[in-house]
Amino acid sequence: MTALLETRGVWQRFGGLVANSDVSISVGRGEIVGLIGPNGAGKSTLFNLIAGVLPPTQGSILFDGEDVTNMPAAARCQRGVGRTFQVVKSFETMTVIDNVIVGALVRNTVMREARRKAREVLEFTGLAARADVLASDLVPAEKRRLEVARALATEPKLLLLDEVLTGLTPTEAQTGVALVRKVRDAGITVLMVEHVMEIVMPLVDRAIVLDLGKVLVEGKPAEVVRDPKVIKAYLGDRHAVGA
Amino acid sequence: MDKEFAARRRRDLIIAAVLAGIAALTPLFVKDVVVQNILILTLMYAGLSQSWNILSGYCGQISLGHALYFGLGAYTTELLFTKFGVLPWFGMLAGGVVSALIAMGLGYPFFRLRGHYFVIATIVIAEIGLLLFHNWDWAGAAMGITIPIRGDSWLKFQFLRTKLPYFYFALALCCLAWFVTWWLEDSKWGFWWRAVKDNPDAAESLGVDVFNSKMGAAAVSAFLVAVGGSFYAQFVSYIDPESVMGFQFSLLMALPAVLGGIGTLWGPVLGAAILIPLTELTRFKFGGSGRGVDLIVYGTLIVLISLALPRGLLSLFARPKKTGAAR
Ligand SMILES: Nc1ncnc2c1ncn2[C@@H]1O[C@H](COP(=O)(O)OP(=O)(O)OP(=O)(O)O)[C@@H](O)[C@H]1O
Ligand SMILES: [Mg+2]
Repeated sequence: MTALLETRGVWQRFGGLVANSDVSISVGRGEIVGLIGPNGAGKSTLFNLIAGVLPPTQGSILFDGEDVTNMPAAARCQRGVGRTFQVVKSFETMTVIDNVIVGALVRNTVMREARRKAREVLEFTGLAARADVLASDLVPAEKRRLEVARALATEPKLLLLDEVLTGLTPTEAQTGVALVRKVRDAGITVLMVEHVMEIVMPLVDRAIVLDLGKVLVEGKPAEVVRDPKVIKAYLGDRHAVGA
Repeated sequence: MDKEFAARRRRDLIIAAVLAGIAALTPLFVKDVVVQNILILTLMYAGLSQSWNILSGYCGQISLGHALYFGLGAYTTELLFTKFGVLPWFGMLAGGVVSALIAMGLGYPFFRLRGHYFVIATIVIAEIGLLLFHNWDWAGAAMGITIPIRGDSWLKFQFLRTKLPYFYFALALCCLAWFVTWWLEDSKWGFWWRAVKDNPDAAESLGVDVFNSKMGAAAVSAFLVAVGGSFYAQFVSYIDPESVMGFQFSLLMALPAVLGGIGTLWGPVLGAAILIPLTELTRFKFGGSGRGVDLIVYGTLIVLISLALPRGLLSLFARPKKTGAAR
């Protein structure tokens, strides 16, 4: 069977800056793949290209056997790409459940069904008790979870998680890890960006390391963390501590 | 909890029906023509502001050029009537359709603009419209159009001896705009609009068609405002560019919603109920002379309200749920 997601020689330039250079990765169905790399390596940029925020300068992106390189974000969501934002983008004047309903409307046109779906996702993500609170009143950890809930409500095949476990207390992070496992067990493929190695490495099936916009190393988590190239890339970077 | 939500929607509907019922009875007690006039204008602006609120409040695309659609409604109706003998009822529909189409035509380039640029574009476009009508001889240019009145007629929607039909039409318009808002609020469109207002990027990532959301909101909003413009033309029976397309109409549509609570179901009605009688009474007191004075007053009001009550009067009543710590 073909991979769920494949990028072929993808480049992204911002003026003179090369954020992604010749990135070719693939993500198989049912995998949890970690995308790691130092700050500014181009991880979020690659997410934006996969989610369709902007088309790549060069190269192509295949999702579920279809070329989606120039497809707008909303259409990709319909095809089954769900994503969270590193800098959370809640609908601040809406309640938590209303935020999630927006996502649920992708596959439920009847309001009653969209609402039911949203409730279900809130239960799944542990936000049910906060359903009627305004998104602006959530604490940061909850806002992260709302990002995940909203994306899940669109019933994605692929979920892109950009640093959803960052900046959480150890307990919150463990809850987050459990949630990611639950998501995978529900049959959703996960591609996640995360800096904290102790958290991400035990969780993922495979890790892809980006550095200066390029794929540096790819492989089993245990091999990747021991790779000299990876250690060198992280050297001096604060996130290398504990790796 | 979903039952709670359904109950709240039903309650809104009942309150609206009761208020509309009470409003319908007021002419039994209010015989004074000046007061009736104020009531009619209050209802009309409540409906207009409710319609403005759909695009600017719910969808977040602040327009200060809705006078254009108001004027287009008025002109379409009266041009069709005076030049071709088309009854105002059809003219009203035609005006709504023309305005909705023009709103979408303008939205095509301008909905790509964000924030302040969009607001400025709406003002500029409405001023251009005003200029065009000023110079359009066939449409009466600066002289405008006088609507020939030959006595009371429902067919031609014109009345000399009584203001009651105008009153009931204004009430119906207000109810219609409110009901459309109520209905759309719990629909895909309503959710899309609020998502687009709060964060277009996130909305897009969740499958929202941002551009068409704005187009839909603009069309509904412009249509209803144009019906208001048609009504107003019949009501005053004389139109010229300034008197149906002047900038003050754009402000008078925005202000009630801003005062009562922008992007809320009840904000425009509440705001209009307070604001319009006040402005009409002051106008009555100080004479209808200086239009400039009106503008200064409205402008000052907008600044004061947005400083003191950024979320409108309604925020005083219905405080959002108290926040608690996580779980
Ligand atoms: N829209 C943009 N315009 C210009 N430069 C950009 C844009 N988006 C990203 N960049 C630049 O591209 C590079 C890669 O950024 P990106 O956000 O993808 O890194 P990242 O790996 O996600 O980093 P972090 O770990 O800090 O989140 C950075 O130098 C960034 O400044
Ligand atoms: Mg990033």
